[in-house]
Amino acid sequence: MSLISVQDLTIRFATDEGLITAVEDVSFDIAPGEILGLVGESGSGKSVTAKALMRLNGGNTRYDERSTITLGVPGEAPVEVLSLKRERDMGPIRGGAVSMIFQEPMASFAPAITVGQQMVEQLLIHTKMTKSQARKHAIEMLDRVGIPDPARRFEQYAFEFSGGMRQRAMIAMALSTSPKLLIADEPTTALDVTIQAQVIDLMKDLVREFGMGILFITHDLGVIAQTADKVAVMYLGKLVETGTVRQVIRTPGHPYTRGLIDALPKLSDLDAPLTPVPGDIPSPLNRPAGCVFHTRCPLAKPGLCDAVVPQAETLPDGQSVACLFAQDIYSKEGAA
Amino acid sequence: MSKDPVIEAKSLSVNYPLGKGLFGPRAYLSAVDNISLNIEKGSFFGLVGESGSGKTTLGRALLKAAPISEGEVFYRDEDVSHDLRTIKGLELKDYRKRAQLIFQDPYAALSPRMTVRDIIAEPLEVMGLTKTRAETDARVREIAAKCRLNLEHLRRFPHAFSGGQRQRISIARALVSGPKFIVADESVAALDVSIQADVLNLLKTIQRDMGISFLFISHDLSVVAHTCDHVAVMYLGNLVETAPTRSLFTRPRHPYTSALLSAIPSLDPDDTREAEKLTGEIPSPANPPKGCKFHTRCRFARDACKAERPQLREMAPGHMVACHFAEEFDFSENGALQSA
Ligand SMILES: Nc1ncnc2c1ncn2[C@@H]1O[C@H](COP(=O)(O)OP(=O)(O)OP(=O)(O)O)[C@@H](O)[C@H]1O
Ligand SMILES: Nc1ncnc2c1ncn2[C@@H]1O[C@H](COP(=O)(O)OP(=O)(O)OP(=O)(O)O)[C@@H](O)[C@H]1O
Ligand code: SF4
Ligand code: SF4
Ligand SMILES: [Mg+2]
Ligand SMILES: [Mg+2]
Repeated sequence: MSLISVQDLTIRFATDEGLITAVEDVSFDIAPGEILGLVGESGSGKSVTAKALMRLNGGNTRYDERSTITLGVPGEAPVEVLSLKRERDMGPIRGGAVSMIFQEPMASFAPAITVGQQMVEQLLIHTKMTKSQARKHAIEMLDRVGIPDPARRFEQYAFEFSGGMRQRAMIAMALSTSPKLLIADEPTTALDVTIQAQVIDLMKDLVREFGMGILFITHDLGVIAQTADKVAVMYLGKLVETGTVRQVIRTPGHPYTRGLIDALPKLSDLDAPLTPVPGDIPSPLNRPAGCVFHTRCPLAKPGLCDAVVPQAETLPDGQSVACLFAQDIYSKEGAA
Repeated sequence: MSKDPVIEAKSLSVNYPLGKGLFGPRAYLSAVDNISLNIEKGSFFGLVGESGSGKTTLGRALLKAAPISEGEVFYRDEDVSHDLRTIKGLELKDYRKRAQLIFQDPYAALSPRMTVRDIIAEPLEVMGLTKTRAETDARVREIAAKCRLNLEHLRRFPHAFSGGQRQRISIARALVSGPKFIVADESVAALDVSIQADVLNLLKTIQRDMGISFLFISHDLSVVAHTCDHVAVMYLGNLVETAPTRSLFTRPRHPYTSALLSAIPSLDPDDTREAEKLTGEIPSPANPPKGCKFHTRCRFARDACKAERPQLREMAPGHMVACHFAEEFDFSENGALQSA
């Protein structure tokens, strides 16, 4: 059984300008011990999807009635996340079985208390530790994410930390309760590569030790290649491609995924110009009809792509691609 | 390219007092420790290094936004020359116009209640650089166009923009006062790769067309390799290596740089090349190791390393390294660019 199963997730926001669709018909599963990488354009709905798993989107959020999110912690009764009504029922998905590393490190720290106090409080709520055990464990976690002099840092406030240290402290805090599912939203963005390698090793250890599953949001495809088992690519609220890391990175099937990989600065050729996907992402207020990518797709066919919504198709080597011409592109260019 | 430096730092240190007197009354943390560097006019100067090594602090000191505790920093362009250690009053006001910061976080940096036009115009108004509203508008439009923002964009509020557009708004705001020197601190870290490519191309165009020099702080080594012409590597407040980009990426010469390059995550899922693991505790900048600060984690460390701090010395044209034994090492294998 999946640790988390997301089916037909559609998320709309009520705004002054009307109802906007931020996420549409997104489905994926994460098994215990599995790492799913989620990549995609800024504003494509990655954080909104992640927050849905913990019901952390704002009061103006409307989940479609067909959408389901099922949390299946082994040995416990499954939880229908979108059916939870009361705040006090949300314990398991907020810091209990599910824990999140946020994109904005500063936002996860209360400014008026020290980093240590905050970690201890969280452990007292979600575990059976005593205060002194919690303190010891918190310092140990700070140490494991590579924070020097953890006992002294424990007494400091978040603003006294460098950007990368803040991010590591947040990772330590999220991992300290040994969650079953970790949602990591750009967890290594501000880290240098050696610390990043250390944090990734730590996460992999926890996956091995406790069968933790991870939803790993990042735009660093190198990090995805080295950590994730599967990848999902998002564009304007839709999953346009999903598959194993090898399938998606080696033989991307969707024109958007190809664009992303082409835009990467590659160390093998420093003089190669950087090539962004042309054009700007459309506003979620006027989502393009047909294929959401057609306004920027180099292969778009007028009359087709702007009218027909592509359904996800499975290519011969196993990945799933939502493009009207997925099979054609595949048979023409094929797997390498 | 002219070889005159726009920024010249000599033995610069930035010290922060340590709270609570844990280490006695006069304890301090040397976030930037005795750094000398020149940033040449028109260059795109990369700064990389471990988190907490003092990159942001160094960038801020060069903008006179962090205290210069020891040493000197000079800024020079065609018109003026400023001594940043003593600068104040009108001169400091003049410097604020010539040196700008692009923030890391395009979400936090923009006030949600101001229109994009007002956000970009604010520095002009605060510094009194334009006299009439028409003049301000003209200047805002000119800069906005350079950053590919149109008239309709200017009327809107920042929440209506994507990450890349917001970053272009921060860039426009940094450019509007006509600076000659810009510190970009992790300016593309929060952006997805496509927008990142777009913003990097924009910064490069600005550098070329407007002759602006950049200090580009980033932890993304592939980005640095592609955009910077010169790279400096920091470790615990010190510069350990500084070199022309190609030279650094083909043949890193400091053991720390070599470890950094080996840890770049490869795009190939089957690339099993292990990152060179740095063993040992990460030392605290409040209590850095004696001698070479890297010795506690360096696999080549020997007694001499603990006794004496290595100084930067030139080992190839423009390629400076602070390691006692750099001659003995050949890290070309970890060079991200395999030399042909
Ligand atoms: N509470 C809200 N009300 C209205 N719109 C919202 C709300 N929260 C998010 N959105 C919108 O939903 C869309 C998706 O946002 P989301 O934060 O998930 O993007 P993302 O993929 O995480 O992008 P990034 O890579 O920049 O973090 C955006 O257009 C955003 O403006
Ligand atoms: N205002 C401050 N007061 C006290 N200490 C500070 C202050 N700002 C920074 N420091 C300390 O100075 C050192 C260098 O911090 P700095 O932010 O310059 O590092 P950095 O190289 O930019 O790191 P990162 O890559 O994580 O952003 C760190 O030990 C940090 O805790
Ligand atoms: S359906 Fe058409 S527009 Fe969409 S990705 Fe495929 S070719 Fe491009
Ligand atoms: S001086 Fe010694 S410890 Fe420092 S980098 Fe060189 S070999 Fe390593
Ligand atoms: Mg996000
Ligand atoms: Mg910094």
